[in-house]
Amino acid sequence: MLHSPVDRVAEATPHAMAKRFRGLSDRSLAWLFVTPSIVLLLAVNIFPLIWTIRLSFTNFRVNRPNAEVAFVGLKNYVSILSDKDIWLTMQATAHFLIWTLVLQVLIGFSLAYLINKKFRGNDLWTTIIVLPMMLSPAVVGNFWTFLYQPQIGLFNYAVGFLTGADPSSFSMIGDVSLAPWAIVIVDTWMWTPFVMLICLAGLRSIPDSIYEAAECDRASKWRQFWTITIPLVLPFLMLAVLFRGIENFKMFDLVVQLTGGGPGSITELTSINLKREAFEKWRTGYASAYAVILFVTVFGLASIYVKALNKVKQR
Amino acid sequence: MSSYSVTEPSRRQKWFAGILVVLYALITILPLVWIIATSFKTPSDAIAYPPKTFFTPTVEGYVNVFTTRTRLTEEQLQAVGEPQTWYDRLVRKDGLVISGPSRFAERFTNSVIIGFGSTVLCIVLGTAAAYAFSRFKVPLKDDLMFFILSTRMMPPIAVAIPIFLMFRSLGLSDTHAGMILLYTAVNLSLSVWLLKGFIDEIPIEYEEAALIDGYTRFQAFYKVVLPQAATGIASTAIFCLIFAWNEYAFAVLLTSGNAQTAPPFIPTIIGVSGQDWPAVAAGATLFLVPVMVFTILLRKHLLRGITFGAVRK
Repeated sequence: MLHSPVDRVAEATPHAMAKRFRGLSDRSLAWLFVTPSIVLLLAVNIFPLIWTIRLSFTNFRVNRPNAEVAFVGLKNYVSILSDKDIWLTMQATAHFLIWTLVLQVLIGFSLAYLINKKFRGNDLWTTIIVLPMMLSPAVVGNFWTFLYQPQIGLFNYAVGFLTGADPSSFSMIGDVSLAPWAIVIVDTWMWTPFVMLICLAGLRSIPDSIYEAAECDRASKWRQFWTITIPLVLPFLMLAVLFRGIENFKMFDLVVQLTGGGPGSITELTSINLKREAFEKWRTGYASAYAVILFVTVFGLASIYVKALNKVKQR
Repeated sequence: MSSYSVTEPSRRQKWFAGILVVLYALITILPLVWIIATSFKTPSDAIAYPPKTFFTPTVEGYVNVFTTRTRLTEEQLQAVGEPQTWYDRLVRKDGLVISGPSRFAERFTNSVIIGFGSTVLCIVLGTAAAYAFSRFKVPLKDDLMFFILSTRMMPPIAVAIPIFLMFRSLGLSDTHAGMILLYTAVNLSLSVWLLKGFIDEIPIEYEEAALIDGYTRFQAFYKVVLPQAATGIASTAIFCLIFAWNEYAFAVLLTSGNAQTAPPFIPTIIGVSGQDWPAVAAGATLFLVPVMVFTILLRKHLLRGITFGAVRK
């Protein structure tokens, strides 16, 4: 089994050298093993990030390579933070983020709680519920535009069937008041299983003995739920919220295929807006400053959140 | 196990929970079933009102996704002559002739090459790094591990601008090699974190025994640790593969003609007259079904990958 390039190098080297190579000290072997990964991450993640930061202080535009690049200081940052449209995209992102998290936590936890009742066949049904999140968000998002078609769409038909409304009377992705919910529904459909799986792991980690002890003390089921189940699952739930929060703050593929930011710019989340600035208007310097602001926001919120999470864990 | 247990749910509770979960599962897979069903419909069945549950299946969508077609007039059709193959006959009844293959097969192949290429690279690098982090005293270990995790927090669009510039100057833009490197870097964080968890669980005594028997550290790594970590490596690999398979943002920004993968391509499938939904559904089905099958077959090994190794079994 030749798994690593190191192996192949070892194979190819002359015997005397090979002996020395294989007899590498732990220290040098450790470096040999870690360095390629770190180098790749530096090259593809950190180097671009530093480049983005540098570009964010300039008026560089990719589509005008010959124009003189000038240092503009904080101008990009100032114009982004004072731009009303950008605050509107922030609001759209906040709406999306808050509602997807609320719905996914509620539904995800309930499902996990039910699955943990260990009915027969729960394993297979869990897998079926997990299916949507394993699929390509862009491809699935694109198909949801078909399900959302007025009249012929399955979603509209189902809503019409259940509520008696006319399926052609509303358009989930064409209506300004419905489109923000259209993306919340698809994201919830797709990612609730993620929250569910983490909650399930949390529920399964609670030892039976705690409930047995509570039973001996004659604690009601209701009391057991609030004083045992919820506190012990909370760290897991918070972890799920962290992962989903970061992912949905970055949300691009699903929504860009579903609504493309429309109608108007009502569902234009920050990533979609950023893509417009960077790859359609080609305002590279400006978009870089935008990217830095987003990254600092995610990183800042995530660190505060992780601190809170650690506090909950310690309790 | 007939003994009474206070923690075992009652039969009624099980029934109640089971019914609700099954109900949710059925609703949740309905859109997926609909994709597969639509792929076997004719365009007019696909947009029928009310939506058709029962229909005569046809593979027209699949023919359409692999071909480009032109509409010809009556005289031109006669000049072309009788259709030769079953797929020619299928499109001919709508007055169309196949004018050539579409780019779908090419895009699909790109997805396979880039997906498997980045997975292999990611596993090689990830296993080595994870082993080092698990067994050796690496200076600044915690900081490096956090650094690896934090690379996951960046929105793809945020780093796409400089990567776009970097790839362009290195001649990597729109190449398989460029996309493989990029997806490897994106997946490396997941792979190192997961694999470290798996390797941590292998008792260190095995290696110590091997070292005492005269193995070098390196031999101990690949003769003792690697076989033991095989399941973990396999499930990590599936995750890397699924991620690279599904990725859209980088693919749509950094590739166009040569190395474009299927996700940016499938939504652009358009028929002769407007959006050809059965063809889109057929492309989507071919693209999604392998992942569904994988998920169902390997469900026991996937849980940990989904939760980023944060949750052990």
